[in-house]
Amino acid sequence: MKYAPLNLGRWILWSASALLFVAAPHLFKGGFALTMMTQMGTLIIFALSYNMLLGQGGMLSFGHAVYSGLGAYVTVHVLNQVGSGSFYFPVPLLPLVGGVAGLAFGVLFGYVTTRRAGTTFALISLGIGEMVFAGVLMFPGFFGGEAGISTNRVVGKPFFGLTFGPALQVYYLVAAWCFLSMAAMFALTQTPLGRMANAVRDNPERAEFVGYNTQHVRFLQLVLSSFFAGVSGALSCINFEIVSAENVSAIRSGGVLLATFIGGVPFFFGPILGAIVFVFFVVALSGFTKAWLLYLGLFFVLMVVYAPGGMASLILMQLRVLRAGRWRELAVPYALAALAALVALAGLIGLVEMVYRLSEQGASSVLTALGLSFDARSAPPWFAFAVALAVGLGALRLTSRRVGERWGAIQADLQAKAAA
Amino acid sequence: MTDTHRASARAIELQEVHKSFGTTKIIHGVSLEIRDGERHAIIGPNGAGKSTLFNLISGRHEVSAGRILLHGNDITNLRPFEINRRGLSRSFQVTNIFHNMTVFENIRCGVLWSKGCRYSFWHRVGGLKDVQRRAEEVMERIGLAQRRSILAGTLTYAEQRALEIGITIAGGARVILLDEPTSGMSRTETTQVVELVRSVTQGRTLVMVEHDMGVVFGLADRISVLVYGEVLATGTPEEIRANPAVQEAYLGALHKEAAHA
Repeated sequence: MKYAPLNLGRWILWSASALLFVAAPHLFKGGFALTMMTQMGTLIIFALSYNMLLGQGGMLSFGHAVYSGLGAYVTVHVLNQVGSGSFYFPVPLLPLVGGVAGLAFGVLFGYVTTRRAGTTFALISLGIGEMVFAGVLMFPGFFGGEAGISTNRVVGKPFFGLTFGPALQVYYLVAAWCFLSMAAMFALTQTPLGRMANAVRDNPERAEFVGYNTQHVRFLQLVLSSFFAGVSGALSCINFEIVSAENVSAIRSGGVLLATFIGGVPFFFGPILGAIVFVFFVVALSGFTKAWLLYLGLFFVLMVVYAPGGMASLILMQLRVLRAGRWRELAVPYALAALAALVALAGLIGLVEMVYRLSEQGASSVLTALGLSFDARSAPPWFAFAVALAVGLGALRLTSRRVGERWGAIQADLQAKAAA
Repeated sequence: MTDTHRASARAIELQEVHKSFGTTKIIHGVSLEIRDGERHAIIGPNGAGKSTLFNLISGRHEVSAGRILLHGNDITNLRPFEINRRGLSRSFQVTNIFHNMTVFENIRCGVLWSKGCRYSFWHRVGGLKDVQRRAEEVMERIGLAQRRSILAGTLTYAEQRALEIGITIAGGARVILLDEPTSGMSRTETTQVVELVRSVTQGRTLVMVEHDMGVVFGLADRISVLVYGEVLATGTPEEIRANPAVQEAYLGALHKEAAHA
């Protein structure tokens, strides 16, 4: 049977990722890396739960932060109660509280949103997102208004010697939940419900004619997805020790859509890649440049247009060529295209950074990069970067055409071989 | 006693069924009985309402008036999945499969509900031996066992039509509705499909819409002729062939067409 070897590969992949979770803080040292990795773990859960809707169930949601955010609010209250000594609840199990809260709101809102698929679902999810955001600001007693509700994660007796005060302990808490959630969500794709969610995504009409109520399939899928969204919400509550209206905002909902899409909607592991890259953009790049959001948007648009299968599909395509031993034919065209892209990127970054610098009140107009200083108020740098951008884009057109030709030839060969 | 016996003798019963789309009347008071275990063909000129009739029986459209019974139970205006769960399964004239799933997964989708899997998210689908066995069996019967890992969207047209039938029969429904199973096929492919339909509907009730008169007269125990949304006649192939009204309205015209061609 064709199934056996895949499972061995699966075991290797899962063991390797578990190992990576454990080893990561030793590979990437420092507080900044740790902060970033903790956020990545949280977003991985959130993005995977989002893809249970978009990738597996064909539901484009614009309001997924509702479930993570409300899960986080419930968690913060429970944590504060534990802190004030009302009752005891172990901190490492708080994500379960967030998950159950997310699930409960999934039942409540999902009943309305999943009655219809497609555009209607998307619009209702947007509406509910706005509604919940407004509601959060309307009831400051529970939600703490604009400022939100802050907390302290170091409460009660240490849990087997863990206080969760140090960032490293929080990282491992997130890592453990992330790994468990990944495994659980993958397992869900292998169940009758998971498979019928795919069927409902592909052809809802036919699914009804093989005995399935498509509404129920969508509803259950959304409820399960909101459980994991709640888990990620609880983890972010523990990590940041604050929950505010931003947690349920459209910005969060949009962010997870972006991350998931960049990573690759058609593949289970796509959102994992997407979450890693997204956090990198948001946390690391925002430390370097004020234009990070613009770069992120540009990256997103490029992915949507040129790689709708996301990074995951790009990687899988390369793996296929690699496995066929044909990568040598692509090495030179790839290198040339990459060079052209770098020149274009340098030109673009130069122009964008100068614009941002000039728009900044009271900032010096002199920029420094790679040991070179130039004045944004003088013409030569503008001219140089514009030329770099134009030349780069032109070269990219030519070189990418060459990549396309080689690529097409290899694909045709592989297909012919597979058919024979 | 006699009531249950009579009910079980009829697989499907249509009582004065009407259907209009806006002001356009498509079906004008169709009353029809499909006997349990028979192969029943519905023929008639284009636009007679054959596919609409199928859509009404299977719950795709709601009836405007009238009643539909399945094994004596009222199924009028139930939703498609409810009718399917009561033992009626249908295929489509325009291939209606899960294009992004493999042949095996397509068939398995047709099997899951009938094996009691419902909306389970606590069973591993690969571990459900019953489901696995039934899916293998169906693939074998429709001749796609060798193509199990191929994406349905990349199959040939004839293979997709076979898959369409496979999904329809996978759940083991007692009543099968096939909408033009041989449409768009060559003569050899048609012969194969007829054999396939014959074998998979053994011991079941079959209702089919079909344009190929060779197929109809070779396969059907009884035939109903639908013209302008009304049943013109119902009977055995011999009776239908000898019926002057049918000759006039439909078969005669077909013969003339054939003579001109």
